[in-house]
Amino acid sequence: MKRISRIVCIATFATVLPAMAQAQEMKAEVLHWWTSGGEAAAVAEFAKAFNGAGGEWVDTAIAGGEQARAAGINRIVGGNPPTAMQFNTGAQFSEIVANGFLNPLEDIAEADHWRDVLPKALVDATTRDGKFYAVPVNIHGQNWLWYNIEALKKAGVEPPKSFDDILAAAPKLKEAGIIPLAHGGQNWQTQILFDAIVIAKAGQDIFNKVYGDVDTETLKTPEFRSAVETFAAMRELTDEGSPGRDWSQTTSLVITGKAAMQIMGDWAKGDFIAANLTIGKDYGCNVMPGGYVMGGDVFVFPKVEDAEQKAAQTKLAELMMSPDVQLAFNKKKGSVPSRIDLDVSSMDQCAQKGMKALNDPEQQVASISYIASPDLVGATRDVIGQFWSTPSMTTDEFIEKFASAMKSAT
Amino acid sequence: METVKASAGKPRFRNTAAAIALIPATVTVLVVYVGCMIWTIRLSFSSSKLLPVLDWIGVSQYTRLFLNERFLIATENILIFGVLFIAGCLLMGFLLAVFIDQQVRGEAVFRTIFLYPFSMSFIVTGLAWQWFLNPALGLQKLGRDLGFATFTFDWITNQEFVIYTIVIAAIWHGSGLVMCILLAGLRGVDESLWKAARVDGIPPWRYYLSIVLPLLGPMIITAVVLLAISVVRLYDLVVAMTHGGPGIASDVPAKFVMDHLFERNNVGLATAGATMMLISVAAVLAPWLYKTYIKPTRRAA
Repeated sequence: MKRISRIVCIATFATVLPAMAQAQEMKAEVLHWWTSGGEAAAVAEFAKAFNGAGGEWVDTAIAGGEQARAAGINRIVGGNPPTAMQFNTGAQFSEIVANGFLNPLEDIAEADHWRDVLPKALVDATTRDGKFYAVPVNIHGQNWLWYNIEALKKAGVEPPKSFDDILAAAPKLKEAGIIPLAHGGQNWQTQILFDAIVIAKAGQDIFNKVYGDVDTETLKTPEFRSAVETFAAMRELTDEGSPGRDWSQTTSLVITGKAAMQIMGDWAKGDFIAANLTIGKDYGCNVMPGGYVMGGDVFVFPKVEDAEQKAAQTKLAELMMSPDVQLAFNKKKGSVPSRIDLDVSSMDQCAQKGMKALNDPEQQVASISYIASPDLVGATRDVIGQFWSTPSMTTDEFIEKFASAMKSAT
Repeated sequence: METVKASAGKPRFRNTAAAIALIPATVTVLVVYVGCMIWTIRLSFSSSKLLPVLDWIGVSQYTRLFLNERFLIATENILIFGVLFIAGCLLMGFLLAVFIDQQVRGEAVFRTIFLYPFSMSFIVTGLAWQWFLNPALGLQKLGRDLGFATFTFDWITNQEFVIYTIVIAAIWHGSGLVMCILLAGLRGVDESLWKAARVDGIPPWRYYLSIVLPLLGPMIITAVVLLAISVVRLYDLVVAMTHGGPGIASDVPAKFVMDHLFERNNVGLATAGATMMLISVAAVLAPWLYKTYIKPTRRAA
């Protein structure tokens, strides 16, 4: 009897083992930095889709973009890469491509017609030498105006549509005891404000020349000067608690009505939703003029030898670009799908506004991270932050410092 | 190894065993510390961006570094911070130690309270002080709510004074440690000295200043070395309190290096900054090393 059971046991293993190996071959370790509540829920949509397609998602979440990228890059260079890894869309991964560490995705992109469904600037930001090296999973708008409807009403002000409107509305808001513009004075937030103003006042061409072509002559144009002056005038609109404040603390000033407005990316939307505010009734969102400034995230696929790993990479890339998965992911993430051919009527009003803007090629503006090296982004960020917190600095001094920062970072 | 072989008799065996036991530590020191140092210095002469590249571009990273306003501000800040922080901690720590040494009731309670800040990480310290000093949330608001309408304390948002707020927070954090070290020293001072001083009619302040303080010399050096280490690695406190702001006004070299190493993908410039930090530490330590290790041996020889 014992012997029979042993035989049965072995027979069972013999049949089950290959099946288990079959299930293991689509194992994908994905490294990303989406650890906060909404972000983790969003990335779980990818995991669900991949597991549903017969794969096994292994989640490697590392808090903090810099830390996650440093860990991932070390593993790629050290020869033990994850199956897929997150980056911000743009120049961040250029050097890894140049050193031949990534698998090109051109075959999948061709087959699934990525070029037809992505904004051109996004295609440029994810291809190198005409080949796709990254899957763009979302587009984060960076130049949104968030406003508290109640606060604006109290001061008798219409929701602003431009930066001149914001400046014009400020005296009334101050009179009503409301902070006109909530701003978190950390340099990256100040750069978001500055870039939004440059695009609105000086236009996309000048913005692209400054950051994309690193053309210091452009800084001398009257349009750029006027943008700098508008930016400087915005200082008066903030409160004294502004320096160093986190963006979410700043957003909560708008949520509670202590402040009327904030310029921030669409990740701020999650905080309004979490505070149980209703869009259109309690708060509103407008894209600032000049275009929709696109940031976002991509996944790259490091070179792997293992054929099964390659299969997992292909499957992941396909899934991340598939319409259903993109919609499910972006609803939770707060961004809009990178495929602008999708029907977003099931998403919230702000996402619909954003998608509408993206469907007009004139409105598609690449953010600095798409077109400028991290070095250039950082060097200009220091100057912008310094100018913002030094009211005594003149426009000329700023332009001079900005030009030397541009030169030093090339 | 040659010298070990050359020595004779029993000591040779003992030395060999000791040498073998020390090999792992020696290798670690050589590979990890010295190796990384050399690697860092080498990279500071390269054009490395995201990944280390071993080309040679001369001193152009250093040229960029010294033309960089942010690095100059960071250097100035660390000097101000270093002097004020070490002096402040020693003074506060000494006063607290003397206070506790007066055989106060509930000594253990005070000792715990004074040492407590040191048990907190710099991140927590920084966040707490950031809230406390924020003009819209903390001290200034409290003053105004109490009826002092013109009370102003906005150093943390003021470019010129922000570095001093970091000094204050760091002194609050570090004084307790100095107190503990000095208190241990005070307890070692012979009771009879105090009695002799009383007999001679020497006032207490004079007793502490002229008799006790010189006896505490080694303790003070220990405290200064520990404090100096936290000056060089000052990073997390600044990140938590001000993010180096407003603008770039409270930046420090370690933050400059970290930002360029990771966020800005500029390994070349970051390692140049790190090398400058190493050189300045070496410059400060060299006289001390010379005095303690090199000069005595010469005199002995």
